[in-house]
Amino acid sequence: MAHIKRLVLDVLKPHHPNVVALARLIADLDASYHVDITVQAVDEKTESVVIDLTGRGVDPEAVSATIESLGGSVHSIDQVEAEGAADRPAGPNNI
Amino acid sequence: MRLRDELRLLVRISRTAGIARRYFVTNGFDGALTMLGLLVGLRVAGPIDLSIALQACLGAAVALMMSGLSSAYVSESAERRRELRELEQAMVTDLTGSAHARAAVIIPWLVAAVNGMAPFLISLTILTPLWFAQLSSAHATHALDLSIGVAFVIMALLGVFLGRVSGTWWLWSAARTLAVGVITVALILLLKL
Repeated sequence: MAHIKRLVLDVLKPHHPNVVALARLIADLDASYHVDITVQAVDEKTESVVIDLTGRGVDPEAVSATIESLGGSVHSIDQVEAEGAADRPAGPNNI
Repeated sequence: MRLRDELRLLVRISRTAGIARRYFVTNGFDGALTMLGLLVGLRVAGPIDLSIALQACLGAAVALMMSGLSSAYVSESAERRRELRELEQAMVTDLTGSAHARAAVIIPWLVAAVNGMAPFLISLTILTPLWFAQLSSAHATHALDLSIGVAFVIMALLGVFLGRVSGTWWLWSAARTLAVGVITVALILLLKL
């Protein structure tokens, strides 16, 4: 099965935890995760951020669950990069 | 997530560390000053049975603890619920199950525990000489004097702590809290006249 190597999420989150703590908590999900968060807009109680996550086999459900458990809300998945599994047998019938 | 990490996260997102520190100093100072007032009052009242003095002070310490627990819980709980509601409105989402919702339940208990235990533990520390005097049948007056001394030391330490928090000169901060104690004692002595 193909695995996701990059995921870009548009997220609305409360000010706390801040982006540093959020990045740490997402990165803690897997040793291969590399997290890049950019703040797009800051409101009185919330902020819009773009989370650019790369890793070996990024788990979108686990990432969304972590964001939601911290009070955030995933507005959209803006970009995904997936890679075919190396152990998949090659052949003309495989799509 | 381990309990310690979970608590640390909840304290961080609810920005509770500063509030708990403030409660600790405010109510801890209350405890020290109440004990100081009681002990000086007992001291100037003349000879008194040590067990009566100890029970009176212990009663006041328990009342301070209950007052601290209940008042902080009621006010913090209302404040946290309001903050959660406002955050839900801003996020346009239900935050049930999130760390913010858990913080709204757990943090008021944590702050209440700090607010209640600070005056209680400080009072018990101040009363230690009275406990020892009762156990060793020592003179009540000396034990009262020693307890008054401990109360002043604790008030000075709270001042030093405040000085470190605020970044001001610790000696100046300690002198200010000690001055409050001295004024309190002076007022009690004045009332006795």
